[in-house]
Amino acid sequence: MTMLRRITRHPLFWPVFALVVLIVVNTISRPSFLSITVKDGGLYGSLIDILRNSSQLMLVSLGMTLVIATRGIDLSVGAVLAVSGAVSLTIIGSSDTPGDLGTVTVAILTGLLVTLVLGIWNGFLVSVVKIQPIIATLLLMFAGRGIAMLITKGQITTITSDPYRYLASGHLLGLPVAFLIAIVVVVLVSLVVRRTALGMLLEAVGINPEASRLAGVQSRGIIWMVYALSGVLAGLAGILYSSNIMAADANNAGLNIELDAILAVVIGGTSLMGGKFSISGTVVGVLVIQTLTTSITFLGVPPAVTPLFKALVVIVICLVQSQKARDMLFSRRRHRTAAPAAVVAEAETEAVAR
Amino acid sequence: MSVQTAPALPFEDRSVLTRVKSAASAWLPVLAALAILILMLVAGQLYFGDFVSPRLISALFDNNPYLIVLAIGMTFVIITGGIDLSVGSVIAFSGLLGAQLFAAGLPAVIVLPLMVLSGTVIGVIIGVMVAVFDIQPFIASLAGMFLARGLAYVTSLKSLPIKDDALNWLLGESWGAGGWYVTPGVVLALVLVAVATWMLHYTRFGRTVYAVGGGEQSARLMGLAVDRTKFLVYVISGTCAGIGGVLFASYTQSGNPLAGLGMELQAIAAVVIGGTILTGGSGYMIGSLVGVLVYGLIQIAITYMSVDSWWTYIVIGIMLLVFVVFQRALSARRGG
Amino acid sequence: MSNDIVAELRDISISFPGVKALDGVDLVLRAGEIHALMGENGAGKSTLIKALTGVYAIDAGTVTVDGAARRFTGTADAQDAGIATVYQEVNLCENLTVGENVMLGREARGPFGISWRATHARAAEALAGLGLRIDPRSLLASHSLAVQQLVAIARATVLDSRVLVLDEPTSSLDRGEVEQLFAVVRRMRERGVAVLFVSHFLDQIYELCDRITVLRNGRLVGEYPTEDLPRHELIAKMLGREVEHLDEIGERAERAALPAAGVPVLRTENLARKGAVEPFDITILPGEIVGFAGLLGSGRTESARLVYGADRADGGTIRLGDRITKVTSPRTALAHRLAFSSEDRRSEGIIADLTVRENLVLAVQAKRGWWRRVPKAQQDAIVERYMTALGVRPADPDALIRNLSGGNQQKVLLGRWLATEPELLILDEPTRGIDVGAKAEIQTVIADLAADGLAVLFISSELEEVVRLSHRIYVLRDRRIIGEIADGADIDVDRIVALIADDRSGEKAA
Repeated sequence: MTMLRRITRHPLFWPVFALVVLIVVNTISRPSFLSITVKDGGLYGSLIDILRNSSQLMLVSLGMTLVIATRGIDLSVGAVLAVSGAVSLTIIGSSDTPGDLGTVTVAILTGLLVTLVLGIWNGFLVSVVKIQPIIATLLLMFAGRGIAMLITKGQITTITSDPYRYLASGHLLGLPVAFLIAIVVVVLVSLVVRRTALGMLLEAVGINPEASRLAGVQSRGIIWMVYALSGVLAGLAGILYSSNIMAADANNAGLNIELDAILAVVIGGTSLMGGKFSISGTVVGVLVIQTLTTSITFLGVPPAVTPLFKALVVIVICLVQSQKARDMLFSRRRHRTAAPAAVVAEAETEAVAR
Repeated sequence: MSVQTAPALPFEDRSVLTRVKSAASAWLPVLAALAILILMLVAGQLYFGDFVSPRLISALFDNNPYLIVLAIGMTFVIITGGIDLSVGSVIAFSGLLGAQLFAAGLPAVIVLPLMVLSGTVIGVIIGVMVAVFDIQPFIASLAGMFLARGLAYVTSLKSLPIKDDALNWLLGESWGAGGWYVTPGVVLALVLVAVATWMLHYTRFGRTVYAVGGGEQSARLMGLAVDRTKFLVYVISGTCAGIGGVLFASYTQSGNPLAGLGMELQAIAAVVIGGTILTGGSGYMIGSLVGVLVYGLIQIAITYMSVDSWWTYIVIGIMLLVFVVFQRALSARRGG
Repeated sequence: MSNDIVAELRDISISFPGVKALDGVDLVLRAGEIHALMGENGAGKSTLIKALTGVYAIDAGTVTVDGAARRFTGTADAQDAGIATVYQEVNLCENLTVGENVMLGREARGPFGISWRATHARAAEALAGLGLRIDPRSLLASHSLAVQQLVAIARATVLDSRVLVLDEPTSSLDRGEVEQLFAVVRRMRERGVAVLFVSHFLDQIYELCDRITVLRNGRLVGEYPTEDLPRHELIAKMLGREVEHLDEIGERAERAALPAAGVPVLRTENLARKGAVEPFDITILPGEIVGFAGLLGSGRTESARLVYGADRADGGTIRLGDRITKVTSPRTALAHRLAFSSEDRRSEGIIADLTVRENLVLAVQAKRGWWRRVPKAQQDAIVERYMTALGVRPADPDALIRNLSGGNQQKVLLGRWLATEPELLILDEPTRGIDVGAKAEIQTVIADLAADGLAVLFISSELEEVVRLSHRIYVLRDRRIIGEIADGADIDVDRIVALIADDRSGEKAA
C-alpha cells in the first residue's frame, strides 16, 4: 500500500494521470488516435500533432514557470509573441531575397533581440522600479499589442520563404522541427537551472525574498534575467507562430496564451505563490492542455466547448490542490476553528519545537 | 518614576499639516486621475480648438456605460485584494443569452433580469472558489472566464441580432438639451456608481471590504465576516458584468460571442488609473468613474487625431506606467 | 481577598499529532486583576491563550465565562463572549482610520447607513475613557505601533470586554511607550476588566501584575500572587532543573575584556541612520564577544543591520581591519567576511520549503553567484561539519527546514553563516524562542568560536545571557549607545539596568 501512496503523492502524479486519462478517452473513441504513419521521412498522426502544436505553449510556459517561481507573473507574453512575428516577417517581407537563409537568420535574430529587449524592460520594472509584476507586465500587454500592430501597420503581412516555413512545418529525424526546437530549449533551460545554482536561488527568492537578500543572494539580477528569458522564449514562440501561418497577425497572435501558460504551470504543480517549481510538471501541463484541445476536435465536440473544458480542468485542479477542499473531502479533524491559518501554524510550529 | 498620574498625552501635537497630509494621501491618486482628465480636456481644447463641448462630454459618458458598470464591480473586487478576469466573457454570455431568449419570444421584463442573473451565477461560482476553497482569485476568475466564454459559445457561435424596444430604449432614447444629452443607460450607470459609493462608505459590508483588503487576517481576528464579504464582492462583480452585458447588447443591438474580449483588462486599467491600488485596501468608486472617463477620452482623442486605433493601447500602456510609478513612489515615501 | 472570577479555564487539554501541548491546565482570571502567564517556550503558553481566544478547539476541559460554559467556534465567537485580544503584531486594519478600527463591526448607524460623526464620537469617547487623545479621523497607519496597540485596547472597551488578553505587547515598545501602555492597562483594571498579560520581561511582570500563573511542559506549575513570588523562585519554577546548567555556563564565561591589541575587526565612526539609530562608535577585536545590551526599542538590531549593510547608513564610516569600507548591502558585507543572523528567523532567516542542506549552503552559494554551483563534495563537507558541530536534530540534510523545531532551525541558520567563514559574526537574538537545552548548546558554540578567533557581536534581550557570554558590553538606550562596560568581573545585569535607569533620571533632571 505504501508504494501506491508514494506514487500518488509524487507531485507529477495527477498531471500525468490526467494526460493518460485524456489519451485513453480519445483512443476508446477512435483507436486511430494512437496511430502514427510515416510519410516523406516524417512521422504523422494525432500524437505527433499534439507534439507539434504544443511547441509554442511549451516555450511560453517554460518562461512563465521561472517567472512564477519568483512570485511574479508575465501577462505580456502574448503581446511579445505578436511583436516578434511582426518584426521577423517585416524584415523578410521587405527583403529582396525572402527565401535566402541569411535573410531568414537575420530576421529571426532581430525578432528575438527585440523580444529580449522587451523582456529586459519588464525585468527592469519589476526588479529595479519594484512595480508589482502583474501590473508591470500588464502595461506591456497593452502597449505590446499596439507596437505589434504599429509594425505591421495593421495589416496581416504574408511572406513566402521556405527556410522560414521549415521551422513550423518541417520534420527532422522524423519529428516536427517545432517540437524539437521546443524540447531542445526546455532541456537546455532545465540543465542550466538545475546544474547551476539558478534553480535553488530562484526558489529561495520566491519562497523568502528578504531572507535571500540577507544571505547575499543577488535577487535583482536573477529576477531581471528571468523576465528577459520569458521575453525571449515568447519571442521564439512568436517565430514559430508566424512560421506556422506564414503571416504576421498582430491581432490574433498569442491571444490569451498567457492564460494557457499559467494554467499549464499550475497543472504542473508549481504554485502561483512562488517558490518551488517544476519544469517537468509544466511540460506535462502543456501536453495536458494541448491534448485537451486536440481531443475536442478529435472527438467531434464543437470547438466552442474548449473554454468550457478548460474551465472544468482549472476548477478540478484547483480543488485538488486546495487544502480546504481536501480537508472537507476527507473530513479531517482539525483543531482549527475559524482562525486564520497563520496564527494556527505558528502555534503548531511552537508545539513541534518542544 | 510615578505612573499614577495620567500619562502625558503625546498625540495631540500632530500638526494640521500632518493631518491634512495623511487624509490627502488616500485621496491623492484620485485627484491625480481627475487632474489628468482635466489636463487632457484642456490640451485637447488647445490642440483641436473645438474639442470640449457639451456633446463631447455627453458622448464620453454615452460611449462607455458598460465599462462604468464593469469598473464598479471590479473596484469592489480589487479593494479586497482580488481580481476578476471573467467580466468580459460574462458580457458575451449575457448578450447571447438575451438574444436567444428574445428570439424565443420572451418579453424584456423576463429576459433582462435573466441576462443580469447570468453574470450573478458566474460571480457566485467564482465567489465560492475564492471564499470557501481559498483558491487564488486570479485562477478562480480565470476559470470563471473560461466558463462564461464557453457558455457563450455554446449558446451561439455566431452573432445574433436583437430587436427589442425595451433594450434599445436603454441607449437609444436620449434626454437633454443644448448639446447635453444623456441616455437611460448612462443614468443607470451613474445611479449604480452612487449606490456603490454609498455601499462602500456607509454600510458595514463596505467597510468590511476595505478591512479585508487592508489586512484579511486582522479583519478575521476582529470578528468581521471576511469569507462572506469575499464571496459577495464576486457576486457583485458578476452582477455588474451581467448588467454590463445588457448595456453592451443595447449598444451593439446584438449578442456576439466575441464580445467583451479584453474588456476585463480595460476595466482593470480604468480602476487602476482611478487610484485604486491592486494590492487592495484603498480606492474610491469615484476614482474608477474618472478612470473610465480617462480611458474613453483617450479613445475619442485617438479618433479625433485620425491616428490608427492601436495607438490607444500604447497610450493606455504609457498612462498605466505613469500612474503605477506614481503610486509606487507615493507608497515608498509613506511606508517603505 | 479575591475578586470575582470572570473567566475560568479548567483542566484544559489539547493535543497535536504526536504532541500533548496542554495537559490538564487551569487558568483563572478575576475581575480587576492583571494576571501574568509565564513559561518558557514550549510550556504551552501560546496554546492556552489560543484556547481562550477561540483559535483552538479544546480536547478536554471547560471554558467558563461569567459563569456560563462556552465552546468557542472561532475568534468572533470568543470576542462576542467578551474576550478581547491585542496581538503582538496588533492586527488592526492600517488602511482605515483610528475611529473606524475602534468601532469596526459596531459602527453607529443613522437613517442612511453608518453615521460617521456618531461613530467617531463614540470612538473618541472610548479613547478618552482610557486617557488617550488620539484623533479618531486620522489614518491608523500614520501612528506608531505603540499607539496602534492602545487603539486596539480602546476597541476592547467598545466591545464591553470582560477579559483583555495582551500577547507580548511590549516587545517593540520603548520605555516611554511601555509606561503609556501600563497606564492604560491599569485603567482597564480599574474598570473591572480581567487582564491577562503575557510577556517574558520579568521587570514588567513584577511592575504590573497582581498574579502569576506558571506553566512548564504543558502542565500547570501553579498560580501565585506576585508579591509572594520572588524572582529567582519564578525562574526556578519556569525552568525546573535546568537552572543549574545555566549557572555552569555562567561560571565558564567569567571573562575579562581582551587586551586592546591587534587590529580591530570592526570599527565604526559616527555610523547612523535617520529615524533608526544615532551616530555610534564601536570597536570589536578578533576573538572578542561584544554584547549589545538594552531594552527593546533601544536600537540594537538597527545598529547591527547598519554594520551588515542590511540597511543603508546615512552617515559615518565603517572600518574593517582598519580600512574604510562601504558596506552597502548584505552581499558586500559577506564578501568582506561579515555575517548576520537576523532576530526573526521565520521571515528573515529560513527558506521554509528548501532542505536543510540548501539552507546551510545558501550564503556560500550566493557568494559564488548563480552560475557556479558549490561542488557536491564541498556541500557535503559543510553539511557534515555544521550539522554535527551544532547538533542539528534530526540529522537529515534532506529534510525540509520548516519541519524542524525552532531551536534546530536556529542551529541550521547559524551553520549557514559559519559556513561563510566570517571574521565577524553578528547574532541578533540567536536563542529567542528556543528551549533551554538548545540555548545552552548554542551559547557553548559561540564561546568556542570566539576562543578560536571569531569576533562576535551578540545581541539579546535576556541580559543574563549577554552578561554571561560577553567580554565587553555596549549599553544602548533610545537608539544610542549610552555606555560601555569593559571590566570583566564587574559585568552584571543590575549594573546594566542601573546604567539605563541612571541615564534617564539624569536627563529628567536636566
